[in-house]
Amino acid sequence: MATIHVDGKAYQTRDGENLLDACLSVGLNIPYFCWHPVLGSVGACRQCAVKVFKDAEDKRGMIVMSCMTPVKDGMLVSIDDPDARRFRAQIIEWLMLNHPHDCPVCDEGGECHLQDMTAMTGHDYRRTRFPKRTHRNQDLGPFINHEMNRCIQCYRCVRFYRDYAGGRDLDVFGVHDRVYFGRQADGALESEFSGNLVEVCPTGVFTDKTLKQHYTRKWDLQMAPSVCVHCGLGCNTTPGERYGTLRRIVNRYNPEVNRYFLCDRGRFGYEFVNSEHRLRRTLVDNEPVERSEAIRRVADMVKAGKRVIGIGSPRASLESNFALRQLVGPDRFYQGFGEDERRLMAKIVDILRNGPARTPSLADMEKADAVLVLGEDLTNSAPRMALALRQAVRNKPMKEIAAKVGIPEWSDAAARTAIQDAKGPLFIVAPTGGKLDDAAMATLRCAPNDAARVGFAVAHALNEKVPAVEGLGEEQRALVEAIAQALREAKRPLVVSGPSCNSEDVVEAAANVAWALCEQGKPCELSYVAHECNSIGLALLGGGALEEATAAIDAGQVEAVVILENDLRRRVGQDGRGGRSGHGGSGNDSIAFVLLDCLAGEEKRGVYLPAATFAEGDGILINNEGRAQRFVQVFTTDDDIQESWRWLVDVMVACGRSEAAAWRTHDDIVAAIAQSIDVFGPIPRTAPSADYRFAGQRIPREPHRYSGRTAMRAHVNVSEPKPPEDVDAPMTFTMEGAQTKPDAELTPFFWSPGWNSIQALNKFQEEIGGPLRGGSPGVRLIEPRENATVCFFDRIPPAFQTRAGEWLIVPTRHIFGSEELSVLSPAIAELKTRSHVGMRPEDAETLGLKEGDEVRVELAEDQVSLRLQIRPDLPRGCASMPQFLQHLAGLTLPQWAKIKGK
Amino acid sequence: MTTTPLTQNIRPGREPLSLKEYEAAGGYQALRKAIKELSPTDVQTMVKDARLLGRGGAGFPTGLKWSFVPMGPDAPRPKYLLCNADEMEPGTFKDRLLIEGDPHQLVEGMIVASYAIQADVAFIFLRAQYDRGAERLRRAIAEAYSAGYLGKNILGTGFCLELQMHESAGRYICGEETALLNSLEGRRAIPRTKPPFPPVVGLWGKPTVVQNVETICNVPHIVNGGVSWYRALSRCEDGGTKIYGVSGKVNRPGAWELPLGGVTVRQLIEERAGGMRDGLKCRGVLPGGASTDFLVEQHFDTPMDFKSVAKAGSRLGTGTMIVLDDQTCPVGMVLNLTHFFATESCGWCTPCREGLPYMENMLRAIEEGRGEERDLAALEEHCRWLGPGMTFCPLAPGAVEPVQSALKYFRDDFERHVREKRCPWR
Repeated sequence: MATIHVDGKAYQTRDGENLLDACLSVGLNIPYFCWHPVLGSVGACRQCAVKVFKDAEDKRGMIVMSCMTPVKDGMLVSIDDPDARRFRAQIIEWLMLNHPHDCPVCDEGGECHLQDMTAMTGHDYRRTRFPKRTHRNQDLGPFINHEMNRCIQCYRCVRFYRDYAGGRDLDVFGVHDRVYFGRQADGALESEFSGNLVEVCPTGVFTDKTLKQHYTRKWDLQMAPSVCVHCGLGCNTTPGERYGTLRRIVNRYNPEVNRYFLCDRGRFGYEFVNSEHRLRRTLVDNEPVERSEAIRRVADMVKAGKRVIGIGSPRASLESNFALRQLVGPDRFYQGFGEDERRLMAKIVDILRNGPARTPSLADMEKADAVLVLGEDLTNSAPRMALALRQAVRNKPMKEIAAKVGIPEWSDAAARTAIQDAKGPLFIVAPTGGKLDDAAMATLRCAPNDAARVGFAVAHALNEKVPAVEGLGEEQRALVEAIAQALREAKRPLVVSGPSCNSEDVVEAAANVAWALCEQGKPCELSYVAHECNSIGLALLGGGALEEATAAIDAGQVEAVVILENDLRRRVGQDGRGGRSGHGGSGNDSIAFVLLDCLAGEEKRGVYLPAATFAEGDGILINNEGRAQRFVQVFTTDDDIQESWRWLVDVMVACGRSEAAAWRTHDDIVAAIAQSIDVFGPIPRTAPSADYRFAGQRIPREPHRYSGRTAMRAHVNVSEPKPPEDVDAPMTFTMEGAQTKPDAELTPFFWSPGWNSIQALNKFQEEIGGPLRGGSPGVRLIEPRENATVCFFDRIPPAFQTRAGEWLIVPTRHIFGSEELSVLSPAIAELKTRSHVGMRPEDAETLGLKEGDEVRVELAEDQVSLRLQIRPDLPRGCASMPQFLQHLAGLTLPQWAKIKGK
Repeated sequence: MTTTPLTQNIRPGREPLSLKEYEAAGGYQALRKAIKELSPTDVQTMVKDARLLGRGGAGFPTGLKWSFVPMGPDAPRPKYLLCNADEMEPGTFKDRLLIEGDPHQLVEGMIVASYAIQADVAFIFLRAQYDRGAERLRRAIAEAYSAGYLGKNILGTGFCLELQMHESAGRYICGEETALLNSLEGRRAIPRTKPPFPPVVGLWGKPTVVQNVETICNVPHIVNGGVSWYRALSRCEDGGTKIYGVSGKVNRPGAWELPLGGVTVRQLIEERAGGMRDGLKCRGVLPGGASTDFLVEQHFDTPMDFKSVAKAGSRLGTGTMIVLDDQTCPVGMVLNLTHFFATESCGWCTPCREGLPYMENMLRAIEEGRGEERDLAALEEHCRWLGPGMTFCPLAPGAVEPVQSALKYFRDDFERHVREKRCPWR
């Protein structure tokens, strides 16, 4: 620790930290642009100038850039110094020379870092009388709007996009005062993380194009703390609503999970909430009915003693799955995964709960210094994790190259110069290539069996107790040795795998590698990808597979089915086992269906109960780490929509079930889950209960400047209605309530006086980039078993053998396309991957096929016509098909197939 | 021995010495001596003791710079020596003289300097427009390779050096050594964060020394003539000769090799450049290129060495002065220079990128009769806030030097422009 004296007051800070970071951390205000807590310091904008003095005798002092100045014990600093103030105001004057003076029509207005910093420096008069330079804007695709005239050349965009996220197509062009940030030509940005430009850009150059379709100022949004539902990582988000529609999503900092960044699916996938396909009314056989009537119908089924089964969902909250399980009974509750995925997820949960390897958070993963990825294309299956690992490869060179010549981690440009292309160990062994490959030290593309075999062999190389793998090729053996050595030498080794290959062997091999180290007393972290937002929660809850449910239906053992937030066509559709009706049934008319979902199916036979999305309801999701996280309802609607768990509780109450009568609020059902299932014991700690108060008050979802409250419903009734009461969270649906900074779990948005942009986050952190005041949201439910006796997996799969005239079709996943809700957002839909079959160029050539040709894929039980996509990244003997895309839903992959030209 | 070692072989108007001629004139003897008789540290020590200050403008002690390079078997490899031949400072043409006039001298200097820091690869980063220099250097390098002065196992000593010439794409900022490094790596020519300095983290992250052409050309002569001879060449505490130049409305503009500090401003103009043309009067000079402060009549007896010129309130810079006469508008002159610097700003840091064009706009307004009283105050403020320490690199602080001194010494001229709403020289 170091003591610095700023304008006569002493502060404790970390030694060697940069002065800007240190001052912001202790709550002082210094304006800045090019510095970013994660992107570090480069000294370009010169905005954060302060004065430092040699000693008490030094009265003149020297102006320095605080972001480039390391903290030293006893340092004398002045932020208030008149020279420093004048210089900072001068910088703003320069930045504003060419900046349009039209904040009222700028999308960034009201949450603009440039506005905030301009106000902070006190620059308020435009002296210049010279013409402004202007630029041409580009069409950057469906996510990002581009207005280059607003640029202040802080270089953050390219530093994030290129240096941090590995993007290639956004760059800086031109020189002097005509520096231009954009693409070589118009076109959609290629990075999966382009949306972060919206927050990284301190002004209105890069703004959210989806927000522009239904623009609302930040201060007019109703917001609540939420969790992304589009993959299993559980990134924290802040959705904003106005007039009953969701307007946008921005990042919500969670120091352990997503930190400062989201992926584009998470940021722009929200519009399914506003979809015209939303189910908004209770329906019985496609006719609207009163809610009470619908509830009575379902209750009658249950009361009549009909044999009812429930099918849960990995994208429904823990509460909803639990409520369904309670309604139908654990024996009649099916998880809603297909058998393969159910088995994989159960295995993953078992490995993480009963093995010695710890499941890391994303923040932990970023600190790893050697990583093996087995069987995942992370950019598509868990995008934010790919971004985390891209940073992890810098850890080793940072330490071995940059730190040795005295470059602090925050001195970003210097560190990158010193490191150049050096990378720490990241190895990716998977059936297909991915965008993270360019950050890897080595990659191997191979069939799932071979990926598993490489994993098993690495484990053996690390630990003799793991069975050896016979018959590895030369290339594989060399790679195995390299991986083993890197993991052995690492301080924080990490193994990443997941269910994407649909291979238990791969999952087991990954566990063996991590355990091989753990068994020798060397901690190795083990992370599995989960595809859906509550896959892990559902796996922890348990229950049968979907196939068991359909078998029971086929066997005539079922009279009614309650399906929870699950489009079964996606899971068991293709081979006819579940049919394509959307009911997952066999089309048997005698079976009654109850569907709880946010989206309407094509056929509406049965009782339809409109379920809340994350935006209209409360719930808990458990991410791949095993972290239970709370999402809080953002807004109320006039529709029949409510949380699935509420519907199910209503049904149970209507059935006269006494236990459910007590479950009137979210707190009630959370308490019930915690009491009845051990592993969920800690979940009441995910957020303060609804009766919690801050300074005696609830927390407002709306900023105090929220406008139009008395007018926005005047076309319905001139009397302002009483705001809805929140029984589930200690929050209000108005701007009234505590104006202090609430607990991290309940922070609806980041705002602080003078800090209107999302950079107000600085004021919510204990230190910059560190924990939030009041802790990090989420409760870990899965910890490794201490002193576990390690039982290595020993079922080593046979090596992959190519077949003449046949290909092993491996599944691929796609960030835009494979997730069912986000593709309903028009922006995501515009970029979604189309159905295709991927083939190696050599294979295509042999068949006389070229990119885009229509080909017939003959599977064991099905034939599909697909466009051909040339994929040079496929291993020999393999072809690929996207999982979960349109009519390819429900395919069991990998499987062998013949591919023919038409 | 000669008193003009740098230019002794230069034959104006004729082709430079070929390898044979250069060898016959005593060329490559320094290389033989250094590489066979001296250790790298010996060479470093000689250069340090010779007090050779960098001739690119900043005057940093060369030997000191070399001493920062990690030496020995554990030093990161490869190490690089770079010659900064991107001579783009307006009014400066001394390096061109050396490159075109005696390319082998530069090549030999490169090899000796590389030996001193044990560089594996050397580059000459040449100004885009120096076509003739490029051609002559290319020839000299090829000759040196075929004579075994470059490449593997030089003169059988085991020392290896690859030397390449790189023709710049033409940006003034490449004269800033770290921008030069970025440019050479194929990146945008923007300066790098310092520290780390290039001798520790340079080209492609490896130890790199960047030296100006004239600096490097001095090295063989130090090795040949010895420290005391070299020190005796100058008329000040620092060693060697300096190539001084004069441009502007003088009778004989040109460049001359003279003892460092052995000439005053007045002597240069009167004795070397043949005095002012057509009865013009000298109002002031930029003593060391376009990015130095004006010196005026009261300073004309200042000796042209680093310390004395600094004491007079300017910088020796490149030692090539631009003369302002009494029939040329000083506002127009600094406008022209500011236009150059504003255009050549790399666009990295705010003050330089935005401040210089703003200054240019104000100067143009004044020059064209649209100036306002407040512009003068604003210009002065700019000169302060674009000064050393405020910007990322020395480009802008250099750029404002002529303006700030013009405002000081020629204030009346600025005020007349504003008052009369026109340029009095037109």
